Amino acid sequence: MKLIYTDSLIIGAGLAGLRVAIATKERGLDTLVLSLIPAKRSHSAAAQGGMQASLGNTVKGMGDNEDIHFQDTVKGSDWGCDQDVARMFAHCAPKAIRELTNWGVPWSRISAGPRDVIMNAKKVTLHEAEEAHGLINARDFGGTKKWRTCYTADGTGHSLLYAVDNQAISMGIPVHERIEALSLIHDGKRCHGVIARCLVTGELRAYVAKSTTIATGGYGKIYEISTNATICEGIGQALALETGVATLGNMEAVQFHPTAIVPAGILTTEGCRGDGGILRDKDGHRFMPDYEPEKKELASRDVVSRRMTEHIRKGKGDDSPYGPHLWLDITILGREHIETNLREVKEICEYFLGIDPCKEWIPVRPTQHYSMGGVRTNATGESPQLKGLFSVGEAACWDMHGFNRLGGNSVAETVVGGMIIGKYVADFCEQNALEIDTALTQKFLDKLQNEIDNLVDGKGTENPFEIKKEMQRIMMNYVGIFRNGPELDKAIAELKALLLRAKNLGLKCKKRHSNPELVEALRVTRMLKVALTVACGAAARTESRGAHSREDYPQRNDKDWLNRTLATWPNDESLEPVLHYEKLDVMKMELPPGYRGYGNDNNIAHPDTEKRTQEINKITAELGNAPDRYALQQALMPYTLPSHLQPANERLSDTLAVIPSQPVGNKSL
Amino acid sequence: MSRKITFNIFRYDPQDSQDKPKMERYELTETDGMTVFIALNQLREQQDTSLQFDFVCRAGICGSCAMVINGFPTLACRTLTANYPDGEITLMPLPGFELIGDLSVNTGKFMRELAERLKLWLHPKPDDQDMHRLENPMAPEEAARIYELERCVECGVCVSACATKQMRDTFVGAVGMMKIARFEMDSRDNRSADDFYHVIGNQDGVFGCMTLLGCQDNCPKDLPHMQQIAYLRRKMASTIL
Repeated sequence: MKLIYTDSLIIGAGLAGLRVAIATKERGLDTLVLSLIPAKRSHSAAAQGGMQASLGNTVKGMGDNEDIHFQDTVKGSDWGCDQDVARMFAHCAPKAIRELTNWGVPWSRISAGPRDVIMNAKKVTLHEAEEAHGLINARDFGGTKKWRTCYTADGTGHSLLYAVDNQAISMGIPVHERIEALSLIHDGKRCHGVIARCLVTGELRAYVAKSTTIATGGYGKIYEISTNATICEGIGQALALETGVATLGNMEAVQFHPTAIVPAGILTTEGCRGDGGILRDKDGHRFMPDYEPEKKELASRDVVSRRMTEHIRKGKGDDSPYGPHLWLDITILGREHIETNLREVKEICEYFLGIDPCKEWIPVRPTQHYSMGGVRTNATGESPQLKGLFSVGEAACWDMHGFNRLGGNSVAETVVGGMIIGKYVADFCEQNALEIDTALTQKFLDKLQNEIDNLVDGKGTENPFEIKKEMQRIMMNYVGIFRNGPELDKAIAELKALLLRAKNLGLKCKKRHSNPELVEALRVTRMLKVALTVACGAAARTESRGAHSREDYPQRNDKDWLNRTLATWPNDESLEPVLHYEKLDVMKMELPPGYRGYGNDNNIAHPDTEKRTQEINKITAELGNAPDRYALQQALMPYTLPSHLQPANERLSDTLAVIPSQPVGNKSL
Repeated sequence: MSRKITFNIFRYDPQDSQDKPKMERYELTETDGMTVFIALNQLREQQDTSLQFDFVCRAGICGSCAMVINGFPTLACRTLTANYPDGEITLMPLPGFELIGDLSVNTGKFMRELAERLKLWLHPKPDDQDMHRLENPMAPEEAARIYELERCVECGVCVSACATKQMRDTFVGAVGMMKIARFEMDSRDNRSADDFYHVIGNQDGVFGCMTLLGCQDNCPKDLPHMQQIAYLRRKMASTIL
C-alpha cells in the first residue's frame, strides 16, 4: 500500500483549496494539495465579473459597509443562509481584497473626475472623488444596494487564481496533479484522509492526514447544460455522502445563471448587465422592467432566470435549433468599454457564436451555474459529524448563500472562507495528533481496488457515458428552474433505475492506467448519488425559496420550511438518501425574514418573525439615538471570528472630511 | 447541411511498452456549431473510449486543451470544425512537453517548474499593506497594463511554436518572459532590473530569442510577445551598460 502522510490535506486546487493550504502552511504545518488538473486550470479561473467586498471607494459605493453587504447577502439567500456565517464573510471580504492586492492582483482602479456609465439604458456621468483616485474600483451587480463588485476587467477569477497559486508556489506548497480522491478514510467519528487514484498511472494511494479539506467546487455537471467546467461533477460531495456519516446541506439549492450563450452554455458575466446591458425578447422589447420595475435586469439571479423562463413560456423567446432563447444587448455600452472591461465576453462571442457583441445581440438563456448546497459544515468549516473533515468554497454548505447566491459572492466566498476556515483547519492540526490506522486505511483501499477490478474484469454491460447522459437529461428536464411534485417523483424513479443499472457497468477499454472510460465509470455512480440527493431534497421541500421554485408550492413558507435540508446516504445498497432538517432560529436572526425587495412578495410568515422584530426594535431603542453600528450589531447577533480578523475595516469615507453626494439615478431597493 | 468530417488523430500510450506512435482516422457527422471539444468527446463516447485529451473550462479560459490542429498550435475547445472547409482535421499533441498519452501533455509540470525557476510571484515591498487599512493607491493605467500581460493562460502554445525552445531545452520561452515583464512593470514588486537580469539576461532568456515570433503569431490571447521581448531586451541591455 502506497501511503503518504501530511498534516493538512486539501482536495482541490482552486481558490478555496489553495487559500486554506496557504493558511496551514503559514503556521508551519505540512500541507499537501491534490488536484485533478494543474492548479491554475481550476474552475475558479472562469469567474469573470468580480468579487463583492464593501470597500465603498467609488461614488456609487459610497456609504457601503459590512451591514449592507450582510443584508444583501441574506436577502439574496431568501433567508435560507446562516446569518452568523454571512456576517463573518461580510466582515472579512474587504480584508481578503486587500490581501490579494499584496499578492499581486491588479484590481481595476478608480480614475478621479467624470466617468460615463450606462444606467437603466441611459448614459449617466458620475464624478469620482480626487481622494478615490487609484483606489479599488467596483461595478454594479444584481441584488446589491451599492456598487460593490471589485474586478479585473472580466477576468477576475483568473487574476485571483494566478495570484493565489503564485503565492502557494512561493511557499513551496506541493500540488499533486492528476490525482483523483475517490473515498474518505474514516472510522465513523474522525476523518483520516483519502484514498486517491493517479489518473496517469492508475496507482491507488492512501493520503493520511490530520485534517482533510474538501474544496472540489460544485456539482453542476449532473445537469446537461451547465456553465461549469468538465470537472465540476460533485465528486467532493460524493466523498462526504458515501461515508454514511457526514451530511450534505441544501443540495436542492441549485442556481441557474440568466445569461449563458446558446447553445454552448458558456457564461457571459453578470457584469454585462451590471455595466448597463439589457435583456430583450424576440420583438426586441426590453421585458424585465415589466416584471421587476424596481431592479429590472439586476434583480437576483434566481428571479431574473425565472422571469426569463416565464417570458419564453409566453412565446416571447426567439427560436433556434436548440430551442427558444432571449437576447442580451450590450451594444449600448460601446466598443471601448466592451474591449477593455468585457473582453472575455467579446472573445467568447467571436469564437463560439461568430458575432461582434459591440454590434449584435447575444443569444442567451438561463443555464445551470452554481451549487449553493454542498458538504455541510459548521461556522468553522468542519463537518458536524466527522471530526477532521473540513469543506470550503462551492463544495461546502458553510452556508452564506442559503437558497440563492448573489453574483460576486462566490469568488468572494472562496478567498474569504479559505482565510477564515484555513485558520480553524490549522488550529485543528495543532490540537490533534496524526492517527495512522493501517488496517482501516487498507480496508478503504481494498474497497476501491475491488470496485476497479469489477469494472475492468467484470462482465457488466452498461455504458458509463450513456448512463451519465441519461442522468444529465433527467436533471435538466425535471429538476430545473421550475419544479413540481409529479416531475420530481419521475426524476427520482428514473435516477434510481439508473443507479441500479450503474451496478452493472462494463468497460470496453480494459487499461488500468490512464483510461478515460474507467474514470467516467468511477464517477458516474458517485454523481448519481449526488443527483438523487438533489432530486429528493427538491421533492421533499414543498415551498419555493430562492433558486428552489415549486410550481405547486409557489410561496416561501417560513412557517414550515425555514430550515436547512441535511442528507446522508445510509449504505452501499441504498437507492436514495435519508433527509432530515436543521431549523433556522428566527429569534437569533439579526435580519428576520421579510420581503427581498424583488421577486414575488407572497411569504407565509414564521410565528417568531413578529416577536423577533419587536425584540430588535427594543434592543435598538435601548442603545439610544444613532447607536454605534458595531455595538448594535453585537447586541443583535454576536458572532465570533479569529482574533487577527476582528479589527474594523478602514474605508475612504473614514478619512474624508466631506462625503461626496450621490449622483442622480441612485439605486434603491 | 451536415457533412461527414474526418479526424486524423495521433495515438500513443507511452506507458504501454508494446505501443508505437501512430495516426488513426475517425469519421463523424458534423453538427451545427461543433467544436473540436464536442467532436473529441463524441469520438470517445461512441468510437474509442481509450482516447486521451484534456479539457476543463471548454470556454477558452483555462488553457488546458492546446493541441496542434492542422499544423497550428491552438486551443481546441474554441476551434469550430466549420473552420476547415475540406472537412479533414489532423490533431497532434503539443510538442515541447512530456506526453501523457494521445493528445494529453503535461503542461502543468512545465509551468510549475518555470514558476519556481524564475520566481514568478509578486515579491512584496517591506511596507506591505495592512489588510485592515485603506489600500495603497495604484495608477489606474498601471493596473490596466498589468492585467493586459496577466491574461496569459499558460496553455503552452508559445512554447510549442518556438524554434529556440525546440533547440534549447532550458530556454524560458515567451510565457516566461511575459511573466517576468508583468512583474517588472508592477510597482508593488520589490525586485530591481538587476534581479531580473540574473534570471533572463542570458541565452536562456531574452538573448536567446531568435525573433521568429511563433509565439506572437499563435498566442490564443493575443498577448504582445514581440513588444515585451523587445522591451525586456532593451531593459536588460541597459542594466549592463
